[in-house]
Amino acid sequence: MTATDQLLFRGADWDFPALQRVHDACEGIALKELGLNVYPNQIEVITAEQMLDAYSSVGMPLYYKHWSFGKHFAYQEASYRKGLMGLAYEIVINSSPCISYLMEENTATMQTLVIAHAAFGHNHFFKNNYLFRQWTDADGILDYLEFAKSYVTQCEERHGRQAVEQTLDAAHALMSHGIDRYPGKKKLDLRAEEKRAGKRRMHEEGTFNDLWRTVPSGPAKSDVLLNVGRRQNLLGLPQENLLYFLEKTAPRLAPWQRELLRIVRHIAQYFYPQSQTKVMNEGTATYVHYRIMNRLHEQGRISDGNFLEFLQSHTNVVFQPDFDNPHYSGFNPYALGFAMMQDIERIVTCPDEEDREWFPDIAGTGDAMAVLRSVWTDYRDESFISQFLSPRLMRHFRMFHLHDDPAESAGILVDAIHDERGYRRLRRELARQYDVGFIDANIEVVDVDLAGDRRLMLRHVVLKGAQLSEVDARRVLQHLADLWSYDVSLVEVDASGTVLKEHVANPRKLAAAA
Amino acid sequence: MTLHIVDRRLNPGSKSLENRQRFLRRAKALVQGAVKKSSQDRNVKDVLEGGEVSIPVEGMDEPRFRRDGGTRDMVLPGNKKFIEGDILPRSGQTGGRAGGPGEGDSQDAFRFVLSRDEFVDLFLDDLELPDLAKRKLAEVESEGIRRAGYTTSGSPANISVSRTVARAMARRVALRRPRPEELAALEAEMATCDEVRRVELLAEIAALKSKMHRIPFIDPIDIRYRRFEAVPKPVAQAVMFCLMDVSGSMNEHMKDLAKRFYMLLYVFLKRRYRHVEIVFIRHTDRAEEVDEDTFFHGPASGGTLVSSALQAMHDIVRSRFRPADWNIYAAQASDGDNSHADGEVAGRLLTEMILPASQFFAYLEVGQDGGMMYDMPNSSLWTLYERLRANGAPLSMRKVRERSEIFPVFHDLFQRRGQQERAAP
Repeated sequence: MTATDQLLFRGADWDFPALQRVHDACEGIALKELGLNVYPNQIEVITAEQMLDAYSSVGMPLYYKHWSFGKHFAYQEASYRKGLMGLAYEIVINSSPCISYLMEENTATMQTLVIAHAAFGHNHFFKNNYLFRQWTDADGILDYLEFAKSYVTQCEERHGRQAVEQTLDAAHALMSHGIDRYPGKKKLDLRAEEKRAGKRRMHEEGTFNDLWRTVPSGPAKSDVLLNVGRRQNLLGLPQENLLYFLEKTAPRLAPWQRELLRIVRHIAQYFYPQSQTKVMNEGTATYVHYRIMNRLHEQGRISDGNFLEFLQSHTNVVFQPDFDNPHYSGFNPYALGFAMMQDIERIVTCPDEEDREWFPDIAGTGDAMAVLRSVWTDYRDESFISQFLSPRLMRHFRMFHLHDDPAESAGILVDAIHDERGYRRLRRELARQYDVGFIDANIEVVDVDLAGDRRLMLRHVVLKGAQLSEVDARRVLQHLADLWSYDVSLVEVDASGTVLKEHVANPRKLAAAA
Repeated sequence: MTLHIVDRRLNPGSKSLENRQRFLRRAKALVQGAVKKSSQDRNVKDVLEGGEVSIPVEGMDEPRFRRDGGTRDMVLPGNKKFIEGDILPRSGQTGGRAGGPGEGDSQDAFRFVLSRDEFVDLFLDDLELPDLAKRKLAEVESEGIRRAGYTTSGSPANISVSRTVARAMARRVALRRPRPEELAALEAEMATCDEVRRVELLAEIAALKSKMHRIPFIDPIDIRYRRFEAVPKPVAQAVMFCLMDVSGSMNEHMKDLAKRFYMLLYVFLKRRYRHVEIVFIRHTDRAEEVDEDTFFHGPASGGTLVSSALQAMHDIVRSRFRPADWNIYAAQASDGDNSHADGEVAGRLLTEMILPASQFFAYLEVGQDGGMMYDMPNSSLWTLYERLRANGAPLSMRKVRERSEIFPVFHDLFQRRGQQERAAP
């Protein structure tokens, strides 16, 4: 067999047998040489328009209907048509089988890159990382989305589009606070979900009796029942999952509204690990595609020209602009992730003195893939950076830490730079930037005034003086009050317990209420 | 491990069309305002082109709890010259933040692109065709035939071959009619085999042949005929007459105004009717039917006789556009000059011949840009038409001097009337 016969493809054109050959070649390297463990793959070829469609439904192949997705579509289409935005080469979905969407206009090299990147890199990460294993059910997600879609449609037929839209609007506003941050969650099960929804409806229909309305309410509840401790215990307070709290306890929601809140909450939970592992996820995928592509080239299965094409787009992907570059918009997760993965490989295989001092556990152990696989399994961005960002990389990126205190009129303080004194502080601060505990506002339901006007009380613990932005907070609280059906108040307190501000919202009359 | 490759490219696109429509419905009032505003700066020709509009984000926002202010810590790449302890003056330049769609308080407008159809729909949404009563009369007059599925009986001319063959094949497969290839294979085998096998094969071939005989290739029960049914056919065609005075007193500016009006009318009719024809009639003291280019740009001179154009229109209607089959619209543009002797003839033509046959007749009096129209006495044509209108002739008439007035005037003419008003006549 001559060398040219081994080529997976020639030139820029690809066809379906070529995709199959590329996949098989990548699979050989990924499973045998890198030791990856992946879900079965499904590759779907789509057009640019379909890619735009996928964008507007957060990449999922099916989703319930809502105007806000149309809005995002309109926005993205506008920027795409104007040339402000390129489209991704692929979208990959954390499901089993793992679905990767490839754009039809990618060249053969790009398809190879994308298959290595998504169908093996991301796929391995989805299947193995502890956050994904804990929070998402890859086998069930597509079925659940199907259920959600048809349930929302049913609700619209049954209760009117406007009522459903109002409930979903409100739920979306609270989506970022509809997440359980600690485990204890049951797995999603399509059949059980459907059965529950059906049972609720049956119960509602079966027990409906108009006479019940005239039954007088019992004597006033005793004080004992309503004391703070018991009340908090009863309602599971304090509760930071606002959507869960509303679903379970909001007094005047209809059952179908509770189900909608539940759907939004489950979907938010499904995406929760992705937001915590951007750097690691992209770093893993980029590292994997880089290894696979290099290996394919070594084996003579990709021509030199095509390999150069790959190197060019790879370099673009892992480019990190400096802070003063007009293109700068934060750390590029591909660049940081890929650099850290390569750095770990270097530390494991040929460490220097500094590495031995900083990473005694892994320096020089020799098997880079074993170390990387365990890193990919057991860490998220925050812990990954705080443990594996090496001084060498901090010097490479020339990182520095700015501390901006508005009270300080002189200006912004350069608190640490990439030197001996600054490494640990830099690393701690950068890790914090990826810590969800710091990214999302810490808002909890603390109490409900059951004896009085049923006011729902929330508390925002202000960190580093960052209060909620007024307008948005008012709008979100309005949605919250609409769901709760009584007044809602939110106090912002600092760490010492001093009240900084109070927001109050009164419920509007919803189309669906009563 | 098996790989599935799925080609989704041929799937129906526009999966988010429904979401987009929901969004537009929700934002309808806002978008409509934006469309009107953006159409003011456009040429009539481009009105149809769709394009970018921006709407205020109020009411379309998706609020989230966000924090701002407070102490900020950030780690940035690309240090060039800073050392620990440096104090940098605040310039607001460090760390650009790109906002997504409709995020945050700061964004006050949301820009996106409307397609051509969406744009025109919103643009003309609150307009409607006048004189619907007559149109309805016209609608039911003609009948057409339409395909309506298949039937088991019919004329041989209507046999649907593909349907028949498909059914025959289904039946043959279901009843396991032997295929000719099977028979041929057996016969081929027979040519080379020994005696014992030969007897077997002969029996088998005979069985197959009789089965083939019993199960015909095409059976009468397979036959399907195309079915047609008669349906009342709406009159889905319209003709639009553009009448224009091209005598020396009409200058380029006036013609341009007229042209813009005609184009709007064309766009509007095009949206309601499947087929719209345009007839251009220009006149001085005699009228002729011309093509579009000549109509707007061809040189002409002479006196002015409006009746000549009306007569020409009447002749064309009579010879080519039966009022029963066509919805007839006419728009006449003129600077208002007409010879006095002609008034009587023109008035009679209009009221007796043209108006009864047409859905709508608009008269647009175009004036000089910046001219003091209000100071001038009404033109002879305006006076004439005003008199006809007072006598109950269904005429619409407006005066236009500037480009910017064209759309308001058009809008005014076709504005959707209240229910009672519509029901009254």
